[in-house]
Parts: sequence; C-alpha cells; structure tokens
Amino acid sequence: MKRQKKNRHVGIIGVGQTAFSSHKEHQNQPEMVHEAVRAALEDASLGIEKIDCVVHGNMELFEMQFQPDLWHSLGTGARGKQQYRITTGGTTGATLVCAADNLVASGRYDTVMAIGMEKLQEGHTTGGITNMACPLWHRNLQTGALGSNTAATAMIEEFGADRARRASMHYRIMMDKHAMLNPKAHRRLGLEYEQAEHLMGTSPVLVGELRLIHNCSQSDGACAIIFASEEKARSMSDRPVWVRDHISVHREEAYNIFGKVRPESTMRYAARRIFERNGIKKPLEYFDIFEMYDPSSWWGLDWLREFLLLEGDEHFRLLEAGEFDLDGKLPLNPSGGVIASNPIGATAATRVAEAALQVRGDAGEHQVKKEVKHALASGFGGTRWTVLIMLEKDLDW
Amino acid sequence: MAGKRVAICAVAQHRNVSDLWYKRIQGMLLDCLEEIQAQTGVTFDEDTGINTIVSCSDDVFDARTISDAGVGDALGAQYKCEEKMAQEGLNSLGYAMSVILSGHDDLVLVLGHCKESQPESRNICTHLGFDPFYGRPVGLDYLNVSALQARAYMERAQVTEEHLARVVVRSRHWAGKNPYANAREMVEVGQVMASPRLCDPIRTLHAYPVSDGAVAMLLSSEARAGEFTDRPVWIAGFANCMDSYFLGDRDLTSNFSLKNAARWAYEEAGIKDPTEEIHLVELMDAYAYQQPMWMEGLGFCRDGAGARFLDEDGPDRFHVNRSGGMLAGNPLMIAGLYRAAEAVMQLRGEAGERQVPGARKALAHSTTGPAGQFHSVLILET
Repeated sequence: MKRQKKNRHVGIIGVGQTAFSSHKEHQNQPEMVHEAVRAALEDASLGIEKIDCVVHGNMELFEMQFQPDLWHSLGTGARGKQQYRITTGGTTGATLVCAADNLVASGRYDTVMAIGMEKLQEGHTTGGITNMACPLWHRNLQTGALGSNTAATAMIEEFGADRARRASMHYRIMMDKHAMLNPKAHRRLGLEYEQAEHLMGTSPVLVGELRLIHNCSQSDGACAIIFASEEKARSMSDRPVWVRDHISVHREEAYNIFGKVRPESTMRYAARRIFERNGIKKPLEYFDIFEMYDPSSWWGLDWLREFLLLEGDEHFRLLEAGEFDLDGKLPLNPSGGVIASNPIGATAATRVAEAALQVRGDAGEHQVKKEVKHALASGFGGTRWTVLIMLEKDLDW
Repeated sequence: MAGKRVAICAVAQHRNVSDLWYKRIQGMLLDCLEEIQAQTGVTFDEDTGINTIVSCSDDVFDARTISDAGVGDALGAQYKCEEKMAQEGLNSLGYAMSVILSGHDDLVLVLGHCKESQPESRNICTHLGFDPFYGRPVGLDYLNVSALQARAYMERAQVTEEHLARVVVRSRHWAGKNPYANAREMVEVGQVMASPRLCDPIRTLHAYPVSDGAVAMLLSSEARAGEFTDRPVWIAGFANCMDSYFLGDRDLTSNFSLKNAARWAYEEAGIKDPTEEIHLVELMDAYAYQQPMWMEGLGFCRDGAGARFLDEDGPDRFHVNRSGGMLAGNPLMIAGLYRAAEAVMQLRGEAGERQVPGARKALAHSTTGPAGQFHSVLILET
C-alpha cells in the first residue's frame, strides 16, 4: 500500500498489569483479567462506562477454554459493549494493540480497551506450542525451544562458540538485573555477571546449545491498555502516549529449507518497512528504549541485529559495551523482558504497556535515566511472526 | 483515509459439505482465493496488492494452536500482515472495515475457514466454552443451553412445534436453490416433527448440520473499489454486543445484546425503520427457534410476537434467509461470513433463483456464545 495518513491520532491513556508469576491459585481467569482491567482504569482515572469497545486475546488451547472472552466478560467489563477477540499466537498482545489503534483511528470508537491474558499454569504450555505445528509434517518435531537452538548454532558458527556463549549469557544476566528492578516480573533470580561462567556449564540443557537459564518462563498474568482518539486522549489524560505506527509480518517458517541461503527474517523485513515509511534512517539513534519480545537470550541477541538493521557483529559489540543497559545508548527491556515473564497472550501487550510507562516516566525503579521520547516495542509469535509498534511522547512527526 | 466508505469488491464461498475429507483448510481457501483473483485481478504486490489479511477460524474446532498458522504461506501471502478474528466471522468484516477507515491499509482480504467434521463432536468444543467451575460440571454445551432458551422463548412467544417445522421446511425450500448450501433435500412438516430429539425441545431437523466450509472476501477503500469491481457493495454499518456470561444473570428471551447491536448498526447506517428500509435479512439461525426470536431482536416484529410473525409470513415478507440460512448448514465459526456473502450476492443481483428483486439494502447477522450471549449485525448497501 502507498503510505497514507492515519484517519486520526490515537493515544494510550492507561495501562494495567497484574504481577506475573508461575501460579495464581487465588484467582480464576476472569478475576485475574479483572485485576489488570481495574489497574488500567485506575491508571486512566476512568470508569468502565467510558470504554466503548473491548478487544480480548489469548490462545484457547493453553487453558483449553473455547471462546474465553465470553466467560472473561465477567472480568473485562464487556457486558453491554462492543467487543472483538483477535489472536495471532505469541504476537497476540501486540496484535491487540494494532487492532485497538485501528479501531480508534477508524473513527468508529473513541475509547478502546485491549486485554491480553494467559494462565499457563492451567494447561500444558509446551504441549500447546507443539500443537501449533502442522499435523502432517511438523508436529513430531516442533517445540518452542527448538527454534532458539537453531539461532544459537548459527551464532556460534558466525562468531565462534566462546564469544557467542558469553554474549548470550551476558544478555541473560542483564535481563535478570532489569527484572530485579521490576516488582511485577516473574523470575527475579539476582544473577551477577561473575556467575556467567558457572551457569554456562551447569544450567540444564534443553536442546543443543539452549539451556534452561537462557529460556523464558511460563507465567500467569494479564495486561490491559486503554486507547483513545486524540481529542478524547487530550481531555482524559495529561500525558497520553501516541501510537505512531505499527506493522505485522507473518510467515510460516518452521525450519529453513533453503540451506545456507537464509530468507530475510520477518524481523528485518518488518523493521525495514516501518522505518522506511516513517523516515527513520538510524533506529539505534532514534529510539530511546526498546521493549523486545525475547523468548530466549539467544533469540533476543540475534534479533537485535535484525530489528535495529545492524550488520556483522555490531549487536555483539553494543551488548559487550553495555549499550543495552538501563544507562546505555538504547536501554533494552527495562522491565526484564520476556525471559523474566511470559504469560503468552499478555506478553506482547506488556511490551507496549512497559514502553508507554517509560515514555510517561512512570516505570518506577526500572525507569531509564534519560528522557524517553521515542519507544519501540516488538511482538513475536508462531513460527517467526513479527509485530513492531512505535510509540511517541510528542505528536510532532 | 481514501473515502468514507468501505467496499466489498468480491466474495467467494466454498460449498458447505458434511465431510470434505479429501481437502485441507489450505485447499479450501486456495479455491476461494483463486476465485477472488479471477474476479478482481488482485495480487499480493507490496505496493498495490493485498498486505493485510483478516482471517477467521478457531483453535478448538481445528485442534490446532494458531489455527491460521498454516494458511498464509499456502496462499502466497508471505511477509503479509495476518490477524485472526478468533470469534464468529462476521466480526472480521467489522474489524476489516475499521482497518480501512483507520487509513492503515486500503485493501483487506478476509478469509474464514472451519472443518466441523474434524472434531469428534461439536458439543465437546462448545462444552469447553463454559467455565470449569459451574458450567462444565453440569455438562453445559451450546446445544443444551439453546434448548433451555428455546423452551423459554416458545413459552413466551407461543411458538409451537409446528411453527418450528415450517421454519425448517422453508429453509430447505430455499437451500435447494443455493448451490453453496449443505442440507438441500426437501422435507415436510411431519418429517421435522417426527425427527429424533437432540435436546428437548430441539429436534435433529431443527439443528444445523455438521458442515465444512470456507469464505473469502476482498474489501477496499472507496477510492480503490473501482480497480476491482464495477459493482461494489458498501458496508453501511456494523456493531456487536456482549451479554452476561452466567445464564442465571440473563433473561434468556430478552435479546439484550442483539437489540443493542442492531440499534448501533442501524444508527451507523442511518436506518430509522428496518422493516421499511432493509430488503433482505440473512440470519444465523443455528436452531429453528432462533429465526423468529432473532427477528424480534432485530426489530422486525414486536417482543413476544414471534408466532404471529411466522403465521403472517414474516420470513417471506422480509426475505429472511433466501440462502436457506444457517439451518441449511455452515460451520458455526464462520456462519456470519456466509450470511454476508449471500447478502453481497443478492445486492449484486447474482443470487439466481433465490434473488430478491431490486434489493438495495441488506442485513447480515451472527451470534456466538451460549444462548446468544454475543450478537453481531452488519448492514450492506449498493
């Protein structure tokens, strides 16, 4: 499509998250959703009656609940309102944000609340993920973790085993240091960089180069975000965070069948397209923080090169120089990211919620020191599906 | 934004069949896509073609996490945006309309697919739609909950078994003229009334048959519609609404969510009196009792006057379900898309023997959730 103007601007005026944890036995699904919804409404100082439309998302087979929005309406407050339920696997939370942005920008709804949730404790997560694979060809092979290992072996081949393993563990410990500052994060282990050597040798192997310590958790949690049209956002909030643009790129690629010739990743394709149409030549310079959906420290590190349109070992050098730390050039996942907390249907929405809090300066202990004017958030799902969302402090693009 | 309206430029329906064992969902959708491409010449070009797909399917019915995962690549849509409407398919048209009006894209491909023949039982799927604490332990599913609603509604509106039988007979009459319908054999009133009970008062012939099907549509902005068709059908309004979850919190005969959805859709489409302004209605009537009941909710007859509506030939006067409707068989999750596809064909004058002469404005309806918890209403016009 030739670039055309958005019908009207859309701002985020409230975010709410539950704490993320491995078990939430004190809450059922609607109660957990309700906690996030209440938090978002309180954050926006709104009552539920001000919400025109609700967008709900999670993956049915993780909890084995068919059309869960119907039961969850007890917690979402959707009764008597319009509602959509939109999902795309792991990207679901990001897709909810794209959908809410589209619904408000269309002029058909002034205020939309997007709600992502998952209660992975109630199902079998890896079973659910394996069930994603084609029943005829891939189901005997597929698990979520396998993909990370192929990235790991490719990185070892390119950068050498010692450097790649150290960088991956450095990334992992950096994420834990960030998570330690976020009281909502699920796994907060208190790791130190001195432990890297030890962990590289002792953490249980999941597959090949992928060890337990590298990988994301499975969490329970919900995230709600309230969107409003420019006019409503300005009247309802003194600090709306503007959604500038978003892009979704999907490709079903369980395994690369092209040998050494790797097709362009959906991450690089998405980044290239969205930066191009917004006139951003150097994403590393432009963005002030990046909340990335990083399911493992191998994938996270690998994808930095793609998302930031870097070449060669630039991403390794930036990591090694501390440029992704909270006081670095581009603070990465101040929340601790997905390795710390992964309630799948809420995970990608949480990236956007955290990015919005950073733009507002409301992230608390994990707030980055410099002013955040431009934020980037990503979603990952299925078999290499990517969503990128750009948030802005000022309406000046 | 390129224009204030959204056009449906093309529709393609896969014929509904009971067990399409020899074809996968990808094959069904490829048939539909090729038909859309033949009608419009649309491509997946980065600048001028389809870059956004809104699909509709369900993980539980497909027993596949991300039931849309295997679709895009098979159709040639690598690197495209694809978002799944994980509820009944009519909502994907409401959402696709918003995508275009937002200015985010000016062309959207809508794809719906479901093979109901694959699960052991539809009732097992919909049983999972209930909460594990109260609903599931007593064995609720959409069929037995609909039976509760049917009994309550029949009491209230004095709808009899014979009324329901006539609804089914009429559905089959029109389904016989619809090449996309599944249940096309003629039946008589006595046959319907003697068909086995599924769940009192719902009989086998009161219920939609298990069906496999797929639908595709191409939607565009007003500015681009001319590139793809000289007979665009415009989306004039769309709305949906949620009711309470627990059956005990609802009056099962109130049509609460349908009335809201209809009111909002009529407002958006500028409709003051639907009985005068709407020329045909495509209803999602999964069970026969729903046809008069939903017509009450849509404002085509007074509350509780369903029996009179049927006695006075309401379905014929308002051209309800000339396709045979849901009673002739569509997959549950995309029934509304089939309803909309039929409405588009009617408005384009392509409905053959079942054509409503001079139809210029149509209503397509769908519902999800137990006993009509959630309803959607779409208004189309030429």
